[in-house]
Amino acid sequence: MVSFNFCGVLSAILFTIGAAGVLSRRNAIIVFMSIEIMLNAVNLAFVTFSKLHGGLDGQIFVFFVMTVAAAEAAVGLALIVAVYRHIRSVDVSLIDRMKG
Amino acid sequence: MQILFFIFALLAVCGALMVIFSKNPVASAVSLVVVLFALAAIYALLGAFFISVVQVLVYAGAIMVLFLFVVMLLNLRGTDMEESPSGTWGLVGMMAAVIVSILLVPVLFGLLGGSGAETKEGPGNTELVGELLFTKYLLPFELTSFLLLAAMVGVIVLVKRERDSRRDRGR
Repeated sequence: MVSFNFCGVLSAILFTIGAAGVLSRRNAIIVFMSIEIMLNAVNLAFVTFSKLHGGLDGQIFVFFVMTVAAAEAAVGLALIVAVYRHIRSVDVSLIDRMKG
Repeated sequence: MQILFFIFALLAVCGALMVIFSKNPVASAVSLVVVLFALAAIYALLGAFFISVVQVLVYAGAIMVLFLFVVMLLNLRGTDMEESPSGTWGLVGMMAAVIVSILLVPVLFGLLGGSGAETKEGPGNTELVGELLFTKYLLPFELTSFLLLAAMVGVIVLVKRERDSRRDRGR
């Protein structure tokens, strides 16, 4: 009942908003949230294509993407906490040295 | 159905814009919850009920709690977070235009099966997804448990070692 073209357009718009957030924001936590938005846009595209072609493999893929996203969010936020303890900030433009 | 889709799509886009334009990280996190719930509703409209429920459980439940926990743990008051220089936004806008035009090419040229293609009403698919998960995709499914275990151990090591080294420095 839902047109696939609109789902594709919504997925593209969400991915672009996420990419703009990654490129423009300096707060590392906001950058991570933008990455989550991009992952969700890709998930929407997977589900759309899965329904379009009548197979369920796309939905299995979304399941795995969600698992990897959960692991990625946990490790990434732990990294942010570790960086914050070092330089007392989560500004990504201040993280410019390889050895603290 | 179509009107519901547009409502939730508008909600998702507005929430996503709030995430990247909000000054307050907590407001960004709450906006992200709005985006995730709207996408869960759209998955349900598309007929992917299993994915819809997992989206609410994993994203809105687990990942967002993690985000809010870290935001409040670090207690960022926006004092040390100045905004990007104004020249950045022009560049970002150009990049965004390029990305969206590339992504929209298959849609505009009708590669998604023409404008007439619509989802069909069908029975629930949770059983079929589970069957695929335990037959065709059994090995990747088992490997994700190793991935989660590695992530868990990695997080503990990352956060704990820092505390130990600082205690050593203090001695």
